[in-house]
Amino acid sequence: MGKIVVSNLGKAYKRYPSKWSRLAEWLIPFSGQRHELNWVLSDLNFTVKPGEALGIIGINGAGKSTLLKMIAGTSQPSTGSVAISGHVAALLELGIGFHPDFTGRQNAYMAGQLLGFSVAEITALMPEIESFAEIGEYLDQAVRFYSSGMQMRLAFSVATVKRPDVLIIDEALSVGDAYFQHKCFDRIREFRELGTTLLMVSHDKLAIQSICDRAILLNKGQIAIEGEPEVVMDYYNALLADRESENVRQELSHQDPSKPNKVKTISGSGEALIQDVGLFANDGNRIEVVQVGQALKLHVRVKCIEAIDALVLGYLFKDRLGMPVFGTNTFHLGRQLSDLKAGEEIEFSFQFKANFGPGTYSLALSLHASDNHIAKNYEWRDHALVFTVINQQEHFEGVAWLPSTVEIKR
Amino acid sequence: MGKLPLQSQPQTTSFNSLPPSLLSLWQYRAFIFGSTKREFQMKYKNSLLGFAWPILNPLALILVYTLVFSKIMGARLPGAESIYAYSIYLCIGIIVWSLFAEITSRSQTVFLDNANLLKKLNFPRLCLPIVVIFNACLNFLIIFALFILFLLVTNQFPGWVILAVIPLLLIQIGFAIGLGINLGVLNVFFRDIGYFYGVALQFWFWLTPIVYSVNILPETIRPLIALNPLSSLMEAYQTIFIKQQWPDWSSLWYIIILALLLNLNGLRLFRKRSGEMVDLL
Repeated sequence: MGKIVVSNLGKAYKRYPSKWSRLAEWLIPFSGQRHELNWVLSDLNFTVKPGEALGIIGINGAGKSTLLKMIAGTSQPSTGSVAISGHVAALLELGIGFHPDFTGRQNAYMAGQLLGFSVAEITALMPEIESFAEIGEYLDQAVRFYSSGMQMRLAFSVATVKRPDVLIIDEALSVGDAYFQHKCFDRIREFRELGTTLLMVSHDKLAIQSICDRAILLNKGQIAIEGEPEVVMDYYNALLADRESENVRQELSHQDPSKPNKVKTISGSGEALIQDVGLFANDGNRIEVVQVGQALKLHVRVKCIEAIDALVLGYLFKDRLGMPVFGTNTFHLGRQLSDLKAGEEIEFSFQFKANFGPGTYSLALSLHASDNHIAKNYEWRDHALVFTVINQQEHFEGVAWLPSTVEIKR
Repeated sequence: MGKLPLQSQPQTTSFNSLPPSLLSLWQYRAFIFGSTKREFQMKYKNSLLGFAWPILNPLALILVYTLVFSKIMGARLPGAESIYAYSIYLCIGIIVWSLFAEITSRSQTVFLDNANLLKKLNFPRLCLPIVVIFNACLNFLIIFALFILFLLVTNQFPGWVILAVIPLLLIQIGFAIGLGINLGVLNVFFRDIGYFYGVALQFWFWLTPIVYSVNILPETIRPLIALNPLSSLMEAYQTIFIKQQWPDWSSLWYIIILALLLNLNGLRLFRKRSGEMVDLL
């Protein structure tokens, strides 16, 4: 029970050139196909063993939801097949079939009936639904008075009141408060321990890594990589970076052929360009994982395309949420350059200690003429590099590492 | 992509919700009854009088026809001596027509109305037209019960022949849902079907002997009216309630065969297109 075998699975949507061509295709015999097939998924093969948890990740439009719908049985495959054994519960959307005019209890009955339960079964399960949802007396009020979080609590409680052999979740848990999310994940873990097979789509790296045994990355309708969640997640992040740089390249008039990838937004007039960026440890090795307090060197190589009067290089570290952590430039550091010739290459090397809190940080670079980038902006580059800070010393909170000592008198 | 062998039909063996079997419908009976109840409640839920409305509406209909046609206009049905004959004629015609019209026009939009359910949940999809039938029947039963009460009060109750209503209703519902499923599936692909049927239903009403009797028509048009499958059915109902006789069963073969054909075609169409239908919703 709980085995999923996906073989040769593909999905194509029909695209007709005009409104009338579908009618023509239906009515005129032997006239052949008038539609084009738009393949959103093709040639998928994988097996989920009973009790295994598989995460599916991918950028928007990669076909994740289509895949889940086919596995859940609401969408019909164009090629291949999905074979599932056992009782399947699919949380593709929470609160489907809820009607705002009816009470939570009435809607719970309805949702249960949609899952194939009888009235007697739902009545027997109601105390369990009630206690898990924790919405109190709201249960007997119309759903129109519910917050979206409460509605989600009730919907999740009904949908998971009985342990299924296969549980399919489509990012359903991204709503609701942290407390209820924890409850949901606990219930999913509990199901897993009892042998439920899990299939989930999520953008949440932590959710995938903490729950799933294996992950599949979908890209352009095919399996890009399959394996350990962490490996797949890393690949996914690289893919994201690459995709974004593709977008940018279309907008750019000046390109940097030496470093096409891992770039987010590049803008500027282009008289001077960044050739290379790197973060180095004291031993001269290029690094991406940094320890709190470690001595670092930031190397930036810049090339002047045209002769320019003045050049300032600035850098800014931002945290995961894009908040600035620290930034400075060569003007503030008293090293503004002047009278640069066309073709001249300059190497900058900044030295500092990585007094960051643990987490991931990105670096933005800017090349300009004076103390700010507003006057003459040669190049601005977001996410020039991304690195991770880990803490192997005593625990602390926040984005800054302020080595502290304490004196206590008593 | 696209280098796969292009199969237009999937392997239905492993596609969970197909083929739709009676068994799966039976397993979802709680849902069917629940939805029927809920839909009925929903209609009157936000009104003050609530459940009085489903009774007041048909009551008004019966009263209006009786007062206007038998008392004020003094309309008489040819060949019937009762002063209530024409209002009974009108009432039964309109009551059963409403049942037919409700089933067909509701099932015509049933898949569009439940798009989200169909896209996000795997359940036997044929539950939905069945809920439509049940709901229409529920509305029908209320108004029909009032009609029977009216017959009893005016001493026009036809007696045992009223049992003939049961097979007639079954034939009518069969015909209506057969037509409805065809329209419902087609309407997802071609929305014109919905608009067209709305217009067609108006013509159909006046091409069916509901308000008038076939006898008043010129001989030349009568074969045309006979082409309408609902004509023989209406006449059968009218035979029961006006003549208080058993209907001529042999006249009903036409609509029975049409009902069977429509149902077969409807199910075939549904099976062939339901996957594509969900993609379009």
